[in-house]
Amino acid sequence: MRAFAHLLDRLSFTPGRNAKLVLLTDYLAHVPDPERGWAMASLTGDLSLDAAKPAMIRKAVEARVDPQLFSLSYDFVGDLAETVALIWDPKPGANAEPQLPEVVDTLRAASRREVPQLLERWLDALDADGRWALLKLLSGGLRVGVSARLAKQALAQLGNVPLADIEDLWHGQTPPYEDLFAWLSGRGEKPSADAPARFRPVMLAQALDAPGDFSKLNAAEYAAEWKWDGIRVQAVNEGGEKRLYSRTGDDIGKSFPDVLEALNFEGVLDGELLVLQTGSIASFGDLQQRLNRKTTDAALMRKFPVGIRAYDLLLEGDQDLRRLPFTDRRQRLEAFIARLNNPRIDLSPLQSFESWEELTALRAHPPEGDAQKAEGLMLKRRDSIYEAGRPKGPWFKWKRDPHLVDAVLMYAQRGHGKRSGFYSDYTFGVWRDEKDGSRSLTPVGKAYFGFTDEELTRLDKFVRDNTVERFGPVRSVRADQDFGLVLEIAFEGLLRSARHKSGVAMRFPRVHRIRWDKPSREADELVTLEKILDKELAGRGPKPETPL
Amino acid sequence: MPFPWSRSALKFSDLLRPAEAGLYCPPGDFYIDPVTPVARAVITHGHGDHARSGHGTVLATAETLAIMATRYGADFAATQEAAPYGAPVMRDGVSVTLRPAGHILGSAQCALTWKGMSIVVSGDYKRRRDPTCRQFEQVACDVFVSEATFGLPVFRHPPDNEEVEKLLISLRQFPERTHLVGAYALGKAQRLIVLLREAGYGETIYVHGAMTNLNALYESFGVALGPLASGTSDSGDKLPGKIVIAPPSAIADRWARRFADPLPVFASGWMRVRARARQRGIELPLILSDHGDWEELTTTISGIRPQELWVTHGNEDALLRWAQLNGIEAKALKLVGYEDEEA
Ligand SMILES: [Zn+2]
Ligand SMILES: [Zn+2]
Repeated sequence: MRAFAHLLDRLSFTPGRNAKLVLLTDYLAHVPDPERGWAMASLTGDLSLDAAKPAMIRKAVEARVDPQLFSLSYDFVGDLAETVALIWDPKPGANAEPQLPEVVDTLRAASRREVPQLLERWLDALDADGRWALLKLLSGGLRVGVSARLAKQALAQLGNVPLADIEDLWHGQTPPYEDLFAWLSGRGEKPSADAPARFRPVMLAQALDAPGDFSKLNAAEYAAEWKWDGIRVQAVNEGGEKRLYSRTGDDIGKSFPDVLEALNFEGVLDGELLVLQTGSIASFGDLQQRLNRKTTDAALMRKFPVGIRAYDLLLEGDQDLRRLPFTDRRQRLEAFIARLNNPRIDLSPLQSFESWEELTALRAHPPEGDAQKAEGLMLKRRDSIYEAGRPKGPWFKWKRDPHLVDAVLMYAQRGHGKRSGFYSDYTFGVWRDEKDGSRSLTPVGKAYFGFTDEELTRLDKFVRDNTVERFGPVRSVRADQDFGLVLEIAFEGLLRSARHKSGVAMRFPRVHRIRWDKPSREADELVTLEKILDKELAGRGPKPETPL
Repeated sequence: MPFPWSRSALKFSDLLRPAEAGLYCPPGDFYIDPVTPVARAVITHGHGDHARSGHGTVLATAETLAIMATRYGADFAATQEAAPYGAPVMRDGVSVTLRPAGHILGSAQCALTWKGMSIVVSGDYKRRRDPTCRQFEQVACDVFVSEATFGLPVFRHPPDNEEVEKLLISLRQFPERTHLVGAYALGKAQRLIVLLREAGYGETIYVHGAMTNLNALYESFGVALGPLASGTSDSGDKLPGKIVIAPPSAIADRWARRFADPLPVFASGWMRVRARARQRGIELPLILSDHGDWEELTTTISGIRPQELWVTHGNEDALLRWAQLNGIEAKALKLVGYEDEEA
């Protein structure tokens, strides 16, 4: 437990992805089976204990600590699990520190009534970091900023094997993955990836930013289709086992029983999950109604019928098509969808084009109908095999142009890593008319990239020279009608947000240009954003940060 | 109290009481750690909030006087009087004895006795071993005056060697990054250096210019720090994989940019609380404090079992509650001007 606790502790304070990878790989290299396997499972989400609710934890600590001392401490620390971990006065001569595998095994065998006693016993035996890790583990959700993909990358690095290999066989493995570790440390055979209706790692596209990016590419070698604005899914039916996966491999079938039921085929489809009303797409907002719900009621399912628009065919029957070129897979996909004749599954049509100019025009002016709600275009090299991950070259995603807005810099915060010491995170706002007729700035977003190192140095100086107030690592800078720095912000879309005073939240904002020349009073107004939002809701819909 | 009848005649506050400039001793006519210039002062230790310049006479340990001279110049007070630990000095009938406080080099508790009453002002203190200063001595007394910087039961500092080990492990994991350690320039920095040496770290440690004089002073009192070099020089060496120790304010400053992908580390008791570390953007918090934790505070008070506990500064509410639960009469003096940034 000690090594695991230290790992979680370090991860929780480490912002950099590469640094996290170093910590994970180092842990995996130094910790034996089965602990490292259980640690991996807890980080990838394959292990969810969810055994202790906050009320149980509170009860345990209240039996041990004077309530007044506890509440003074809780006020100071601000987090229940952390307060308990720190304030817990271990019993001298308590048991040996439990190891992670012991905790997992015991909890899995324990009844709910036994959990409080186990909890108390373990808290007595662990040190503060260990108690914190235990409480996080038992309350479900480690939240140390490690994605499943990052964890798998650490595995790949540990065994010096391609990430695609790990992705490929991951879903056939169960924790604590002893076969997998045996293979990665050269002690065993490569484990088999076979599992019925398992997830096949998804192929992703590289982003294409400017038309210049493909000046070197030959238009004839690529096929184009719209990138629909829903949720990328993989629909599986193998021998009657039906599954619906998100692109990260989460099983999302429970939220969409109507789709699951409609999978009247044998094979694996790659497509976009959308609300389909008589063959045309509804906004993403409608799809959101169906997301993140534990149960689905029939009325909701009728109101927002969901279907799949298919991009690709990975398996037809039991035949794996992933090594075939895109053109061949596409032919088979078209025939496959036609045969299905399923109102919930249709085909994402290819867009024919002769030149990049023609495609550029199509992207700028999509035809009436569904195309206007697309996120952009996908370019797929006709000879590309279906490869897990985000390989460089075969597929591109060419989004529609971002929105631009002129905003005023309001707050700046110091960055991390290479940027520590620089004010590199910027909160910006737009003008809003107040009831008394005055205008004030309201924050609408935060951006921390889009500028060069030289620009950063200049921005940093601006922040330091124009600081009005400091709160910890944050500074507020002078921003009023007569003075302020205008940032041209590019962003992908807007969401309604009750958490933001302005009522809107931006998707993927970044600094597009720094308008040293522009007077602050000429920056945009909130009304401009509201208009964009109205349009978004009508057509091109925004996406939540994490679909499901 | 040897004589029952003296109780009615004399109160503890006749010997020591809070006043505007700090704790004042009327019969001896001196202040302890006054925050504004006074005629006669006793100084417990060299931290800026306790030791200020401009007093008439200063009574302190030789080490504390040397620290004050280094910080403020040799003329920091009109007269200086060095008192060795354990040797009583008389001040108009009040006996003043300095006892080791275990906080930093030269730190002392100030034990007063007068007419059968005894009061110990502990200043800042800790009980655990510190290779850079004399170990804390528990002194019996009627009134114990304690700080309460970490006066909450959530503060239990882990063993020092575990914290130092974290730094050494990180150096192995990130050999390409400069480990930029924020540590208070007086006391914490030198203690961390010695703890690193004890853990077997023999390499050159780079230090911020603000620490050079204090390091030299520690060495002159026999605290060996091993190979040190300036981390402030403009040699252009980005010092990957090296330890650079700097005052806490410097590690998030422009100054930090000269190093190789600096990994911000902070050595402080406050690092026990995650939000505190996060607020400062610390990637590697080291829980290392020169102040006693909850355990040390309560152990000391239980050990002395004074008739009264007076709490000077810090998180006094919880300590007062603890005293109440343990049947010890206690009050908060609410002294102002003590910040304990060095905690
Ligand atoms: Zn101090
Ligand atoms: Zn202090």
